[in-house]
Amino acid sequence: MSVGDPRPVGEDDLHAFIDGRLAPERRVVVETWLAKNPETAERVRADRALRERLRERLAPIAAEPIPARLRIENLHRQRASARRWLPIAAAIVLSLGAGGAGGWFTRGSLGTRSSDDVTPMTQDAVTAFRTFVVEAAHPVEVRANEEPHLVQWLSRRLDHPVRVPDLTSQGFRLMGGRVLPAGDRPAALLMYDDTEGTRLTLYSRHGADGHSGIRYAREGDVTAFSWSEGGLSYAVTARISEARLLTIAQSVDAQLRSSSN
Amino acid sequence: MDEIARLIEPQIPALRRYAYALLRDRDAADDLVQDTLERALAGWSGRRAGGDIRAWLFAIERNLFLQHIRRTRRAGPHVGAEALDGIASPAGNPEAMFGARDVLAGLDALPEDQRSALLFVAVEDMSYAEAAAVLEVPVGTVMSRLSRARERLRAYMETGRSGLLRRVK
Repeated sequence: MSVGDPRPVGEDDLHAFIDGRLAPERRVVVETWLAKNPETAERVRADRALRERLRERLAPIAAEPIPARLRIENLHRQRASARRWLPIAAAIVLSLGAGGAGGWFTRGSLGTRSSDDVTPMTQDAVTAFRTFVVEAAHPVEVRANEEPHLVQWLSRRLDHPVRVPDLTSQGFRLMGGRVLPAGDRPAALLMYDDTEGTRLTLYSRHGADGHSGIRYAREGDVTAFSWSEGGLSYAVTARISEARLLTIAQSVDAQLRSSSN
Repeated sequence: MDEIARLIEPQIPALRRYAYALLRDRDAADDLVQDTLERALAGWSGRRAGGDIRAWLFAIERNLFLQHIRRTRRAGPHVGAEALDGIASPAGNPEAMFGARDVLAGLDALPEDQRSALLFVAVEDMSYAEAAAVLEVPVGTVMSRLSRARERLRAYMETGRSGLLRRVK
């Protein structure tokens, strides 16, 4: 822009003036114009003062030392440990998959919690997942087209009503199920898959009465969420994001609870 | 890793400042920043080569904030600008121009798109083009949001009211 920049003064000039973004020559043009337009000049003065106030009010935050938890090195370490067989706080799960059910605001309010050890039940559920999810020929013993028979059979073997949650809204449909050995009473394994062939298992066996919080566990690339409800323990296991699996676990839990009422 | 830290960490003070301006809660703001950084680390290899790291990080942070807003809006009642209209101006205020009103309260009364435009330009010193990239809108839209933000903030500071129709969002 030259000294003789003939373009009329616009709103964009006024903002750039307020924000200190005008070239010196153009600033002269705007200042001259403002001198002839006192009402606008007053407005611009007020906006500049507000800009300064806003900056001053927020400056202390940026001047503070960075909290240790925000150091990249520490975040890296956290990510690395989350990949090992360590149950970690659900808070971290949620933050890793903030697009899912959680978020930084809902931490601790979802009823999920961490535990210091992985329960044998969860361990068995993950083992069962690993064993059968790779099966091409016989992933299940009884297929979904015989669902009433499957439910009846599993309920009889577990000596407890077994329900089959509907996961179609999460993109998974039932493939079928099987009975597995588990101590003095057997366990039930339901398998689901999505249109891309991703498989998910719901493992259940006798467990504590009452309702426990949902626990998170991870082994290698396999994630599991487990909990107890009304005399059975459950674990959903899959190789999908924590956030997606947590949504599914919550849906399963909600369906089982509403159907047992 | 050191390379990533060297590029990202200088942006953390500004990311914390923006997060605080949006949420007005220290812990929630740092949680938002942490989520932003985790997202950035997870997506590091997939980011646009040669892209502006600052713009990229601010865009992630803002999008996470918007996700949060959508969730909480579904979940519960939302206190809008009108809640601020009830705050009386202090009597016998000696300050000439705006009184003792907190500029951050005025900021809260702005719709998010105007608030972010104002913060990016006036506080984070982004150029209009840079702010447009983060907000994913044309530069002209940034300018008009800026105009409305300034008009509204001025009205709030002068009268204690946002002075416009209640925010419908």
